[in-house]
Amino acid sequence: MAATKASKEQKYDRQLRLWGDHGQESLENAHVCLINATATGTEILKNLVLPGIGAFTIVDGHTVSGEDVGNNFFLSNNSIGKNRAQAATELLQELNSDVSGNFVEESPDKLLDNDPEFFHRFTIVIGVQLPESTCLRLGSVLWSASVPFLVCKSYGLIGYMRLVVQEHTVIESHPDNALEDLRLYKPFAELKNHIDSYDLDSMDKKDHSHTPWIIIVAKHLEKWLSEHNCQAPKNYKEKEAFRQFIREGILKNENDVPEDEENFEEAIKNVNTALNPTKIPSAVDDLFNSEQCNSITSQTPSFWLMLRAVKEFALNEGNGSLPVRGTIPDMIADSQKFINLQNVYREKAMQDAGAVCKHVESLLQSFGKPPESVSEKDIKLFCKNSSFLRVVRCRSLAEEYNVDSVNKDEITSSMDNPDSEMVFYLMLRAVDRFYQQHSRYPGVYNYQVEDDISKLKLCVTSLLQEYSLNVNIKDDYIHEFCRYGAAEPHTVAAFLGGSAAQEAIKIISHQFVPFNNTFIYNAMSQTSATLQL
Amino acid sequence: MADAEEPEKKRRRIEDVTEKMAVDGGHRDGGCDWDGRWNHVRKFLERPGPFTHPDFEPSTESLQFLLETCKILVIGAGGLGCELLKNLALSGFRLIHVVDMDTIDVSNLNRQFLFRPKDVGRPKAEVAADFINSRIPGCKVVPHYKKIQDFDDSFYRQFHIIVCGLDSIIARRWMNGMLISLLSFEDGVLEPSSIIPLIDGGTEGFKGNARVILPGMTACIDCTLELYPPQINFPMCTIASMPRLPEHCIEYARILQWPKEKPCRDTSLDGDNPEHIQWVFERAQERAAEFNITGVTYRLTQGVVKRIIPAVASTNAVIAAACATEVFKIATSAYIPLNNYLVFNDVDGLYTYTFEAERKENCSACSQVPQDLQFPSSAKLQEVLEYLTENASLQMKSPAITTTLEGKNKTLYLQSVKSIEERTRPNLCKTLKELGLSDGQELAVADITTPQTVLFKLNFTT
Repeated sequence: MAATKASKEQKYDRQLRLWGDHGQESLENAHVCLINATATGTEILKNLVLPGIGAFTIVDGHTVSGEDVGNNFFLSNNSIGKNRAQAATELLQELNSDVSGNFVEESPDKLLDNDPEFFHRFTIVIGVQLPESTCLRLGSVLWSASVPFLVCKSYGLIGYMRLVVQEHTVIESHPDNALEDLRLYKPFAELKNHIDSYDLDSMDKKDHSHTPWIIIVAKHLEKWLSEHNCQAPKNYKEKEAFRQFIREGILKNENDVPEDEENFEEAIKNVNTALNPTKIPSAVDDLFNSEQCNSITSQTPSFWLMLRAVKEFALNEGNGSLPVRGTIPDMIADSQKFINLQNVYREKAMQDAGAVCKHVESLLQSFGKPPESVSEKDIKLFCKNSSFLRVVRCRSLAEEYNVDSVNKDEITSSMDNPDSEMVFYLMLRAVDRFYQQHSRYPGVYNYQVEDDISKLKLCVTSLLQEYSLNVNIKDDYIHEFCRYGAAEPHTVAAFLGGSAAQEAIKIISHQFVPFNNTFIYNAMSQTSATLQL
Repeated sequence: MADAEEPEKKRRRIEDVTEKMAVDGGHRDGGCDWDGRWNHVRKFLERPGPFTHPDFEPSTESLQFLLETCKILVIGAGGLGCELLKNLALSGFRLIHVVDMDTIDVSNLNRQFLFRPKDVGRPKAEVAADFINSRIPGCKVVPHYKKIQDFDDSFYRQFHIIVCGLDSIIARRWMNGMLISLLSFEDGVLEPSSIIPLIDGGTEGFKGNARVILPGMTACIDCTLELYPPQINFPMCTIASMPRLPEHCIEYARILQWPKEKPCRDTSLDGDNPEHIQWVFERAQERAAEFNITGVTYRLTQGVVKRIIPAVASTNAVIAAACATEVFKIATSAYIPLNNYLVFNDVDGLYTYTFEAERKENCSACSQVPQDLQFPSSAKLQEVLEYLTENASLQMKSPAITTTLEGKNKTLYLQSVKSIEERTRPNLCKTLKELGLSDGQELAVADITTPQTVLFKLNFTT
């Protein structure tokens, strides 16, 4: 047992550094359903099996064709004529013995007819190359069951993904460029006391040059505020003057030449960002004002419970601010000064988290739930990430497809540029229509390409008419989509395979932020767009 | 069972269908191919279209070119390399060579899907080639368990396109320089037939990029060197006397304690040896305790010592796919290739950005123009050396400087050979004037970042 755990740590080391042990655990508890083991499907699954999801189930009623084997790494030519779900499962399973692979030799339509609840067991369902009717049926079942649904399609040189999830909360969004939470504008009591313990004017050179820039900025800000009617530097001119003010604080040698004090240079560099007043980010404020936060019941998930507790904290102990994050960036300083300063922030963060815990407890109590229902560890993590909380809500497929709720604005404004990726979305919708009418895709055989152009154009026209979309689709795109002949070139499938797998991992782990809600990839121009439909 | 049809009937129907395709799509391939195998690819080679490259001509011969003639070199058989080999093989390429100097490690298995636990320790290039050749009938991947520097121009000249999945900027620059050295000019005009396109991919966590380089024509690796800022190492004084972060404690153990306390073993620190990492970890913990620093873990220790970059399968899949698409476009003229740089990031949703990186007029690698070195004649050679290593556009690692004085070749400084280093070390303290160098003097500089020497021209400032 221990040996397996150690070898898993080694094997997954490179990804554990991204989503941690708890992220990995959520993956290992996940059961992913893939519908249709086409190249796109198996590529997506490969990128989920390799990082070690718990289990997968492939649902596919098709038999393997020669064409299938040609673009799919997980089908071999001796599986031609066999059921595709089974054939692909064998070769995908072989990638990682930690994962349990299953298959169902059935079309999703049949399953929806006979046993729709079959899909309720999955952490996420990924549907690949689904005809529109199947997609909508499945979408409805999964929406009611609150099972996340990821729709993927590779069509010629176009990749398409649609995420359908009612409400997806993210505590650990891991933002790329987060601003530090230093509270310099209105230091909390313990920070103020710590700043007061420094007297820059009476320090020897060594101490002076190794004082953290946070202290330097704080000290100079104090003086500035007393001389500027409590108005902090706001515009460029004022900040420039403030930077100069700090520069004047640099020690000078006996010849009146400024010494080399890197910590002061750091202070000057950080003036731009360090003085921003601590505000609750608007995204978090929106969450505070949302229904889920304000109508807490005994069924409310812990995310909203904790959010409500943080809101209460902000209104009370926090004096309008979120809990202190507790981290500071590295900076030139001697060890002791840095550690002491870091501890001031850390202790305040612990204190704030403790206050939030109390709010969580009283909320739980009001429903007769034990305080252990939400762990202190979870609350601490929540507080640390409180500035970065995200909630993703995708519209249902029904809403997207319904004439009354179609997002006309998004479509028509994008199509102001007739070559925007939106045109590919509309073409995919038109192609779906063609399939519905003709039970095949346009241009699959060479002899069909020319004739299908006018047929596809009719589908485009009827689509635009039905949704009252006053946009123009160039004939070139209609020609191109007939040319594609529903081909699924491997490199497009592989691009989508990587993209979709990572979105699935985001859904499973609740780390990093999923897209909302439609992603289009154009391999001709190597461009992409995210649309909200 | 979903369908009422029997498997036999179904199989026959498939054959009928693919027969039709073969008739439509052109002649059948002999040997290991089966009906319909290349259907997905054929549609892009045999049909005209509104967005194809101006040079594109639909033909059944293009597929034959891919299958029988087009030679591709894949550099690296790791995270990107495995994906590239699969992508190329499933796009019709059969004559593929792959170069990789590494052997398989267990930490590769989360994304380098051509390798299994039983393969740990074996050369990546060989295992990768074996897997692809057995999974994709007809594909002939030739492995080379070697460094890229082990080959000369005669090797590289044989390829139509070279695609890189490297994890080192130095190696990229070397490859870049090699392809530039293959360029030939007639009367100052670049001969197109001497250009070997270079497709380069790189990934790091959830970020990645793919670029198309036409040596001599478009921006090369060195033209955009500033996009790769130099790796920051912690200052020694921080490590030695003022640690604040757990990383500082780890570096202390690695850089200062290991050389001092392990002289009996006389081994250098091996990041792949768990015992060595454990030793560093324990020493780092002691140091951290001394300074009340928290956060030293085994995982962090390993990460710092080995300079580990986090990696997942998904990012490598995306970037390798983009690269392979470009190889296909260039090999077949099916579409206009990426011009010329794609950036990808899926931390928050999915973000791509495509732009044209511009050539640098005085690029040290591809501009064919001697680089300007501006120094006063009283400057010491040491200053020139520092400039060569620290300048963001040059970022040389260990430059060797030679020049011609009184008709003879003279080495001013060279670090890589101990005897020459000792002999030329005193030159570092001499001024350029003292060394006999004059205004306009040409210096030839060699470095691992380039297979050819870079020419510099001294420009004395007052």
